[in-house]
Amino acid sequence: MREVAIIGVKNTLFGEQWDRSFRDLVVEAGVGAVEDAGVAGEKIDSMFVGNMSGGQFVEQEHIGALIADYSGLAKNLHVPSTRVEAACASGGLALRQAICAVASGMDDIVIAAGVEKMTDVPASKASSALAAAADREWEGIMGATFPGLYAMIARMHMHRYGTTSEQLAEVAVKNHFNGQFNPIAQYKNKITVETVLNSIMVADPLRIFDCSPITDGASAVILAPADIAHEYTDTPIYVKGTGQASDTIALHDRRDITTLEASVVAGRRAYEMAGLGPKDIDLVEVHDCFTIAEICAIEDLGFAKKGEGGKVTQQGETAIGGRIPVNTSGGLKACGHPVGATGIKQAVEIAQQLRGEAGKRQVDGAEIGMTHNVGGSGATAVVHIFSRNR
Amino acid sequence: MSVGIVSYGAYIPRYRIKLEDIAKVWGDDAEILKAGLMVFEKSFPDVDEDTATMAVEAARSAVNRAGLDAQRIGAVYTGSESHPYAVKPTSTIVAEAVGATPVLTAADFEFACKAGTAAIQACMGLVSSGMIDLGLAIGADVAQGAPGDALEYTAAAGGVAYVIGNKESELAAIIEDTYSFTTDTPDFWRREGMPYPEHGGRFTGEPGYFKHVTNAAKGLMEKIGTKPDDYDFAVFHQPNGKFPSRAASMLGFSKEQIKPGLVVPRLGNTYSGSCMMGIAATLDQAKPGDRIFATAFGSGAGGDAFSITVTDRIEEIRNNAPKVEELLANPIYADYAKYARHKGKIKLA
Amino acid sequence: MSVPRFWRKQIARYNLVGTYCKACNEYFYPPRNLCPTCRREGEIGEFKFNGNGELVTYTVIHAAAEGFEGQTPYVLGIVQLEEGPRLTSQIVGDPKEMHIGLKVRPVFRRLGQSGERGMIYYGTKFVPA
Repeated sequence: MREVAIIGVKNTLFGEQWDRSFRDLVVEAGVGAVEDAGVAGEKIDSMFVGNMSGGQFVEQEHIGALIADYSGLAKNLHVPSTRVEAACASGGLALRQAICAVASGMDDIVIAAGVEKMTDVPASKASSALAAAADREWEGIMGATFPGLYAMIARMHMHRYGTTSEQLAEVAVKNHFNGQFNPIAQYKNKITVETVLNSIMVADPLRIFDCSPITDGASAVILAPADIAHEYTDTPIYVKGTGQASDTIALHDRRDITTLEASVVAGRRAYEMAGLGPKDIDLVEVHDCFTIAEICAIEDLGFAKKGEGGKVTQQGETAIGGRIPVNTSGGLKACGHPVGATGIKQAVEIAQQLRGEAGKRQVDGAEIGMTHNVGGSGATAVVHIFSRNR
Repeated sequence: MSVGIVSYGAYIPRYRIKLEDIAKVWGDDAEILKAGLMVFEKSFPDVDEDTATMAVEAARSAVNRAGLDAQRIGAVYTGSESHPYAVKPTSTIVAEAVGATPVLTAADFEFACKAGTAAIQACMGLVSSGMIDLGLAIGADVAQGAPGDALEYTAAAGGVAYVIGNKESELAAIIEDTYSFTTDTPDFWRREGMPYPEHGGRFTGEPGYFKHVTNAAKGLMEKIGTKPDDYDFAVFHQPNGKFPSRAASMLGFSKEQIKPGLVVPRLGNTYSGSCMMGIAATLDQAKPGDRIFATAFGSGAGGDAFSITVTDRIEEIRNNAPKVEELLANPIYADYAKYARHKGKIKLA
Repeated sequence: MSVPRFWRKQIARYNLVGTYCKACNEYFYPPRNLCPTCRREGEIGEFKFNGNGELVTYTVIHAAAEGFEGQTPYVLGIVQLEEGPRLTSQIVGDPKEMHIGLKVRPVFRRLGQSGERGMIYYGTKFVPA
């Protein structure tokens, strides 16, 4: 198996982009990443695109071909392009597929992209499309929503571990704080715990400020075999580990409502592959689709003891400058959550941090970073570990 | 060979609205209305309840009360004027939900407020003829009354189910006989596609209710040679508190005889469930050997009279399912806004 | 949800009919046709649950799922049945009455409908026992 490196990255702006279409977004990200890598189109061997629900958000399937076409990679070059779907983990899985393609020796230069255009439908339709990531026949039919499912996780976490609404709010406060230093972030406004606690209730105990927003955006990274990465960039970022795991589609079938076992296992697989542990990680982008999700994630990935995720957040350990900075990009909460793009955006953030290009949100001396991307209420999780050293 | 009630079950939603809260909306005098109607509050359904759900709850209660094997049920007939579907039976939903499918006959009945007792009569015939082992007859309604109409003060929600059989040892009450009096009298109707019924005002009284109730009742007593004194209890269709009281006195029944079954003051008129609920409330407290006289009325119009004798078996099954009194207890009182929302009177976009 | 898709599992929804694995004695609701523990060695049979259970966790939904706007606020919970399996259901009742560990029993209710002209979906919800 060959070692793999990231040689180019690009995020579009994240947010409500009324004047930009699905294809505008993904072309900007793809072309931007190719430019960042300084690689010619003729060199591109294949492309993987994470997209959750083009069918529901823009009534467009056959996303792989569409993107290859509008990226100028179809008509003359006929680059193979594959859409990857795992709900909100679509981007992370597209990255993993791209890594596999390079690692296997099948392809050399591969684009891993992610895109979601969510504001072309009313918010109610967007929520309904997202709800398809849960079990439609046994959760959705009862009126389950995604905030509702994570609210049930939160309720249990609070009941069992004494986690508080204030601790949940601290996640949003931190991520909004980080977001103000990220030029692409959807929200750049600082908020307080009171902002969160005084916002409207969505699914008790989660309020609107506990939830990630509906976002348009796209992200792309270019991968190459580590051996030739320096031909394209002075700062290749090496993929040290990748892990993916599945769990039951429905929350009710999980062994433990407060643990995303898929996160635990995907994390373990990535750590094992990298030969690293939680203590070796300098920063992590976790899947904070809701504030409780970040708390569970840092526990499940080994950055906090089970039940102490809220406490360590409140103590500032996950802030930039803290023991383990979490979601320097602003996370899904403040940077925005264009679902198919999120997994790729996380990799872009880590690459920028490890390259030392993260500006005011830079984690000093960051050498090893991690991404954690979740589909649904935890039925899919994918974890990657990156290093600036080979 | 006897035919009668093997089991029974009732269901009433927990929500109640007081007449004052309806009168407030329309600027009516609640005290005058309460005195005139002898109804003080009425039940209404939860947002996710309808005639089918109430019919199922009542039917399950009936099956459980006597510990019956639902596969023995050979007929399910649901009487209602608020079937959720205009076409597609409520009774198939009930049959599936009690576990009686697939070997049975089923149909929905409609005869204004006496569709449920018509279903009892049909089951009596099928059981007596040997065509079926047990029959399930249900009366259930989310009673309809247009906003601001007089009916809105009484139109309530509830369901009652009776399992009819003819195995002597199983009968909790023997139905000695039944007698119906039917004419074409348009005192109340609802046209296809219309949400609320129309009624003939005072025309629903003498030519409708009283004529058909008294003729059915007298007809039955003459047929079997009984008189009001022979009965411990009597139940008449209860569109309000006044009509059954007056019918009772016209026929020679006392206030004491109708008291246990007179549930309308705290429940309202459950249309197809009305008389059947009264019978259930009476069975809840009758002793073995007690005799019950009951007459249902359906606009359109007809009366179904029944002469019932309670057996020893009642004591064995009575406590195995909620009694009407228990269903009336612990109501959740709500205002007109909530009532309107639950009844679908507020249209969502 | 389309008519055939609902109808296919209608009895399971009406009457809490699930499955169980005779090989390992694990019970499944929603029903499964393959035991996740025994896989091909398992032997699946039908099982009707009595529906008595306990509330594992819950939420009160204020921002409704599409089609549930008329019901807000509504309680959504995970119920553990006596035999072990867990399911997601609405819990009918006052949100203030809800707590983890609450004993519940099943009731027959409307789950939803395909608009005013479409099919009405019935099934099981739970109420405090």
